[in-house]
Amino acid sequence: MIRVGIVGGAGYIGGELLRLLSGHTEVEIAAVTSSRLAGRRVDGGHPNLRGRTDLAYVSPEDLPECDVLFFTGSTVADREGRAALTARGKIVYDLSPDLRLADPAVYRRHYGEHPAPDLLGTAVVGLPELYRTRLRTADLVSVPGCMATASILALRPLSEAGLLEPAVTVDGRVGSSGSGASAGEMNLHAERSGVLRVFAPLNHRHQAEIAQATGLDVMMTATGVDAVRGVQVLCHATLSEDATEQDLRRLYRAAYQAEPHVRVIAQKRGNYRLPEPKILLGSNYCDVGFAIDPGSRRVLLCGALDNLVKGGAGNAVQCLNIRMGLDESLGLDFPGLHPI
Amino acid sequence: MNVACPECVADVKVAQQPELNEILECGECAGELEVISLDPLMVAVAPEAEEDWGE
Repeated sequence: MIRVGIVGGAGYIGGELLRLLSGHTEVEIAAVTSSRLAGRRVDGGHPNLRGRTDLAYVSPEDLPECDVLFFTGSTVADREGRAALTARGKIVYDLSPDLRLADPAVYRRHYGEHPAPDLLGTAVVGLPELYRTRLRTADLVSVPGCMATASILALRPLSEAGLLEPAVTVDGRVGSSGSGASAGEMNLHAERSGVLRVFAPLNHRHQAEIAQATGLDVMMTATGVDAVRGVQVLCHATLSEDATEQDLRRLYRAAYQAEPHVRVIAQKRGNYRLPEPKILLGSNYCDVGFAIDPGSRRVLLCGALDNLVKGGAGNAVQCLNIRMGLDESLGLDFPGLHPI
Repeated sequence: MNVACPECVADVKVAQQPELNEILECGECAGELEVISLDPLMVAVAPEAEEDWGE
């Protein structure tokens, strides 16, 4: 069995890792850390796991030796603390923004000064659809942000084909779990309920990851919507040459026909003709689709996923499966719910 | 026997003995296709009313 430790297990991503890994046949969860909740049962804050685990949180200092560690939050501010943690695992999957960007100047623009800039560029990006070969041997992996993952996968077939003009506008919509489990005035039910809150009108930080992966000039808006889970991104772009809907479909089909966790959804009938996060909740799918204006070169490229699964914990588990030579979908075959 | 969807060019499976005006469904684009000729076998898109919540 693969012994895993979850560093920072009290938040929503930690809970989702626990949910997925507690059903994974090749994994033993050795420990889950929380500085705040050490000694408390993990199913207290994650009540969906009652009966699935008897684990209690341990302090980060008490993290035992593991084969694999998952970091759910930032660890770079405390250099010695991070080194002590990483010494307890052979392989690290970092789900925080710490290592997502390779360029210190780009990181500074979106997050401020990096406390350990020498670490930037040292991790393999945890996106199997782009970096599967490198992930087979990677010991340090940085899992991308949820809206970045949806956007990169939506844009990739056309950006790789050189079919897009560089300027792309990404309109991201995300449920409240995307802002974490911390309390705050903005997360009061009275403030959240019913909103379409444009919390990042321009320059959302995930745009840097999208630009890094696609080479495009990305401007990103992000809106909080009245949902708990789910991400949908609408990428407005212009083709660099004439193309038909069938041309685009061929490119999407070629890019994803062998991918177990990406589906191309661009349909002519039904209630869900383009990617819809509602039917992906709990699943590790990213659905991508497109629409083209036949009278111009304007296209809409769309992506949707569950921000906590394919947008975070599920993607990390998929990377783990690849690294360990397991079936890539092990523990990740839940198809989502309908109706929900 | 397969026929290419005129909408998305995906392969659509056709029954052994299709009938004229039979409706097929494309698994890829979900388009409804009507059999308009048996020899040669030809299908055409059967359009559906569009949704518009903005009205």
